[in-house]
Amino acid sequence: MTRYIVGRIVQAVAVLWAAFTLTFAILYLLPSDPMELQLAAAGVQEDSLTPDQLAAMKQRFGLDQSIWAQYWHHLTGVLHGDFGTSLSQQVPVSDLLTARIGGTLTLSVSAALLSLVAGATLAYLATFARWNPLRVFLTRLPALGASFPQFFVALFLIQFFSFQLGWFPATGNEGAQSLVMPVVTISVLTSSVLAQVLIKSFDETLSQPYIATARAKGLSRSAVHLKHAFRNAALPAMTILGVLVGLTVTSSIVVETVFTREGVGKLAQESVLSQDVPVVLAVVTVAAAMFVLVNLVVDLLYPLLDPRISHTRGRVRPAPEVVTAT
Amino acid sequence: MSTAVADVIVEDALPADEPGGRRANLAANLVQLARKPVFLLASLYVLFVIVSAFWPKLFTAQDPYETHPELAAQGPGAAHLFGTDIYGRDLWTRVLYGSPLTIKATLIALVIALVAGLGLGIVSGFFGGVVDAVLMRGIDVLLAIPGLLLALSIVTALGYGTVPVAVAVGVAIVPGFARTTRAEVLRVKTLPYVEAARAGGASWGRVLLRHILPNSWGPVAVLAVLDAGVAIIAIASLSFLGFGAAPPAAEWGTLIADGRNYLVTAWWLSLLPGLYVALLVLGLNHISKTLQELTR
Repeated sequence: MTRYIVGRIVQAVAVLWAAFTLTFAILYLLPSDPMELQLAAAGVQEDSLTPDQLAAMKQRFGLDQSIWAQYWHHLTGVLHGDFGTSLSQQVPVSDLLTARIGGTLTLSVSAALLSLVAGATLAYLATFARWNPLRVFLTRLPALGASFPQFFVALFLIQFFSFQLGWFPATGNEGAQSLVMPVVTISVLTSSVLAQVLIKSFDETLSQPYIATARAKGLSRSAVHLKHAFRNAALPAMTILGVLVGLTVTSSIVVETVFTREGVGKLAQESVLSQDVPVVLAVVTVAAAMFVLVNLVVDLLYPLLDPRISHTRGRVRPAPEVVTAT
Repeated sequence: MSTAVADVIVEDALPADEPGGRRANLAANLVQLARKPVFLLASLYVLFVIVSAFWPKLFTAQDPYETHPELAAQGPGAAHLFGTDIYGRDLWTRVLYGSPLTIKATLIALVIALVAGLGLGIVSGFFGGVVDAVLMRGIDVLLAIPGLLLALSIVTALGYGTVPVAVAVGVAIVPGFARTTRAEVLRVKTLPYVEAARAGGASWGRVLLRHILPNSWGPVAVLAVLDAGVAIIAIASLSFLGFGAAPPAAEWGTLIADGRNYLVTAWWLSLLPGLYVALLVLGLNHISKTLQELTR
């Protein structure tokens, strides 16, 4: 048991390290000239500099060192919470992140909570409904929700609820009012993904013999559905929690841009626009760390919730395959 | 000679091919599909989007770049199906002329994902052991970076434009293909006809190409249709964020992003192109789902 936990933690750390290394390789090894990118980010033309100035610039950004030295520098920095200096804003990247992460966390956590409630309710109703057209409609609804591009949902909500009805502000991040439409936009996607997994899981659970036994004992349909089926059907959905968290984080890029909210997502969009490589690396690393951490917690908690899965025999549960836009 | 024997055994061993072989099976499936009205509608819409991308002149007589200041910002109507933008350009025409860019990007992304994903999945599932373990850990690492962020890193390194965006999206959807292919190869590998082919003397290479690959193809093809929709959303999102083709090119995402500035006065500028894209993705998803139910 202890061996499993330690092994799983080591694995999580290894995946995170590999994800950081891969992103570093993409950003620093691909054919583009990092000096040119970084000068452009700082708003300077490369030609306007003398060779001496260029060398000084390279030294300042650490680009005179070998790629291995740069990698080592970044890696040890990240382990100490130091993500380097932003090229376009000339401030420590960690300051930028800490200033913005609150807004994104509020957005992500609210969206995750709303998706859990909405996704579970939808899956519950879709499998409980008896009238076939309603059942088909509810079962197909998540596919609809997952098909709409998020920028479209966001613009539609702005047009309808801000400009037509005037209920919510179209942009900004003041107060709970401004949070509603961004949260709904993200939840349309994430609750659809969750509902799809839950409906499938419900269908499998409802065909189990113990459900028939419960009904045969004389329990009502709703009692069986809520008390016997729901808990077991909800278990496999836990395995996609990591995916859902990843989705809320990537969704924040589009959503924060459309609703002009301050947050890590908008920071990512701006950094790519100004080719601010250290910031992009930091955002990707933080997002990957969140994803890895959630998956680790789910893996460690799962056997406590489902005693049929034992740690000693390795991973038994199959992770459901999820395909989504982001 | 021996391989021919193996092939005969294989064909006898496939119950699905019974009475009339694969052709008859396909025909029966097509008849079944033709009876589904929503599926037909979705297929027709997808077909229309593709045809209109290659021959936009069939569906519009106007020029996508010619400005008419006197016709600026007119709402949707009979003369202008999607209305006009602030320069008086016909929006419907601009959407149609914008299609090839997005469709090209989608195809590039899918080819990258298919080639890399199929390759990784086949090698991983077929060889197993250490190779499988190493490749699948690699896929785990790719999956640990949320797709859009992985794409953003690649765009940062490659620069902006249709092709970098397509490459970025293609790489981001590789893991799904690799996993699906691997699972299928693992499943097919243990089936009796593979053993029969081997016993008949076929080389592993031949077994792989002639028996395992064609029989693992189904779910991968279904995933490809589904991922075409995923790729379209991702590509449109990236160009919406400002990383796509430079103006005046009318990529879908760029059109929608431009229209965003006029949402109060001219809602159609972003919502109608958005709807056009959303319906395409919806159609592709529905096709994929129907095919999945059919092959089950």
